[in-house]
Amino acid sequence: MKTKLLTALLLGTSILGTGILGTTGMALAEDVTLNIESWRGDDLTIWKDKLIPAFEAKNPGIKVVFAPSAPTEYDAALGAKLAAGSAGDLITCRPFDKSLELFKKGNLADISSLPGMDNFSPVAKAAWQTDDGKSSFCVPMASVIHGFIYNKDAFDKLGLKVPTTNEEFYAVLDKIKADGTYIPMAMGTKDLWEAATMGYQNIGPNYWKGEEGRAALIKGEQKLTDPQWVEPYKELAKWKPYLGDGFEAQTYPDSQNLFTLGRAAIYPAGSWEIGLFNTQAQFKMGAFPPPVQKAGDTCYISDHTDIGMGLNAASKHPEEAKKFLSWVASPDFATIYANALPGFFSLNSTPVKMEDPLAQEFVSWRGKCKSTIRSTYQILSRGTPNLENETWVESANVINGTDTPEAAAKKLQDGLDSWYKPAK
Amino acid sequence: MDTETMAAETRAKRPIRWHVGVFLAPAVLVYTAIMILPLFGTLQLSLFRNIEQSQVFVGFSNFRTLFGDPNWSVNFWNALRNNVWFFIIHMLVQNPIGILLAALLSSPKLRFTAFYRTAIFVPTILSFVIVGFAWKLILSPIWGVAPHLMDFVGLKSFFTPWLGKEQYALTALSLVSVWQFVGIPMMLIYAALLSIPDEVIEAAECDGVTGMAQFWKIKLPLILPSIGIISILTFVGNFNAFDLIYTAQGALAGPNYSTDILGTFLYRAFFGFQLQVGDPNMGAAIATIMFLIILAGVCVYLFLVQTRLRRYQF
Repeated sequence: MKTKLLTALLLGTSILGTGILGTTGMALAEDVTLNIESWRGDDLTIWKDKLIPAFEAKNPGIKVVFAPSAPTEYDAALGAKLAAGSAGDLITCRPFDKSLELFKKGNLADISSLPGMDNFSPVAKAAWQTDDGKSSFCVPMASVIHGFIYNKDAFDKLGLKVPTTNEEFYAVLDKIKADGTYIPMAMGTKDLWEAATMGYQNIGPNYWKGEEGRAALIKGEQKLTDPQWVEPYKELAKWKPYLGDGFEAQTYPDSQNLFTLGRAAIYPAGSWEIGLFNTQAQFKMGAFPPPVQKAGDTCYISDHTDIGMGLNAASKHPEEAKKFLSWVASPDFATIYANALPGFFSLNSTPVKMEDPLAQEFVSWRGKCKSTIRSTYQILSRGTPNLENETWVESANVINGTDTPEAAAKKLQDGLDSWYKPAK
Repeated sequence: MDTETMAAETRAKRPIRWHVGVFLAPAVLVYTAIMILPLFGTLQLSLFRNIEQSQVFVGFSNFRTLFGDPNWSVNFWNALRNNVWFFIIHMLVQNPIGILLAALLSSPKLRFTAFYRTAIFVPTILSFVIVGFAWKLILSPIWGVAPHLMDFVGLKSFFTPWLGKEQYALTALSLVSVWQFVGIPMMLIYAALLSIPDEVIEAAECDGVTGMAQFWKIKLPLILPSIGIISILTFVGNFNAFDLIYTAQGALAGPNYSTDILGTFLYRAFFGFQLQVGDPNMGAAIATIMFLIILAGVCVYLFLVQTRLRRYQF
């Protein structure tokens, strides 16, 4: 009865596990075959047609197979395969705790001394390091940057200028609203995470001063109830009148469609949208970073490390796999990857030349603004209640108007206090 | 020969009936493997906790956390409350409508009964994913047909994005679930109504009991056992529900956990969600409590209700 759901889910994963087990066991005698575990099924053709041939051409004798599973099943399936010893040689890493847990269990090898790791800055590597920063276990592959994508045609038609400060931002929104042709901003609160990720984490770093605030929060020197953490919620609360009718039930795909169909003028975005928007939108697009409070303020952007690659500690071909990882850490890989997937930016310290103008715009902010990662990801989402999940819920509540910014911040801080004791 | 020795002889001659065991074996084995063993596995899992990468026996400490730690208990009671409301809506809306439809369908004057029967039953066999997605679209304030249809009859002002409002979302989803499953009570009651012998109805007519009075005084008492079965099926189904909420609202059961039921709460605890790492032991503890709730409900029905229902033999 009650176990019906559970049994079905467990059976499902085990069947999936054995299915993949069947296909990965076929290594050719002469050539060494490396298997890559990943949740990025969307990238299958890029790996097959561009990345893997480029590597194989330089490294004869090593064959690489990209074997993705569905994003929602990835973590469970990977865990089952690692336990059964049937997982691929190379493991695509989720940022922070999920991968850290694998490293602690001994599933991921320590690759701190891998040639090529010095191509990355400490912030880039932070997502795949132990808390003390001593051991690294994944090569950083890409990050995503937050900002706002806007409909250039709509801005031209209404004679609007790209806003740089908060005041200008609301002035632009007011003008779009007064004109009435476009929904000022395409965002919904139904799926919750839009409000947190594209809302709070997008505009927040300007208030809590990026890394400075994030580090202080982890150290316990700042609280989520401090003004710099409540202020972004106050801004979100002001967004409500600019969102479309019935935004409470508007889902993430709804928001994407509203924007690409040209019905909305501004889209609070993550750079991962670029690829999709380029193929769907029939108008010119531009992007601007989250507006600062006063002209001349330093700007901060969320440049979130999102995807990396590590070595399965139980791999039968560790030397070949390390060779592949070193290549992943090289500028060669970065160039192919960043151009094939505009919006997923290389974390390599060597600047990568990108063709896509929108992607160029996003990445140019790295030069003038200070980068940080999402405040809730490192360490702070380890306990119950989970800070990231609660941030989703509360950000949506603030925009819906069911919680005041202060009440939302207090709930989050209380939840965090209940299990997190910062090291003094 | 006296009767005693005869009886002894037949007893000795009767062969062992292997076929009984053979015929039972597949069902027993399959049921044990996929239902009973996992059930005990879950109960066992709920008594352990993962400490330093190994499973340690902790007694009832997971249950103490579930009920004693406000981080868990608030969510648990919220989920239970929502689940009870979900069940109440089904009992108050789904079952009466099911009985009404069955009564209408069994009326001999109605034409095209086969068509109506099929049409009303079809949603039941649809996948939850389709139902959840279709209703999300129907109710969507942007592309949905609901706002347009309501505009058509001048009720546009009553439209709100129901699935996105804390106070309406759970009721709206309960009604979607009612829409999907109303075919089941309808079919069961319909079958019960058809099995009432014509003699009983004719006798009632001779006594002058017709129309509504006939339904209330003759038919309803005769279908009460079926209604009991339906209630318990609804109870078990509702407290196991998960799929519709998950497909329509996601695992966080928004807005603000207002549609969180025990199934989604269990899912988040067991498998984790986004940055929340799954905790199979706490998940198993929740699953155990769900099992006990359902067990208690079924026991109440079996021992208190069913024994008092009068059955009529024809």
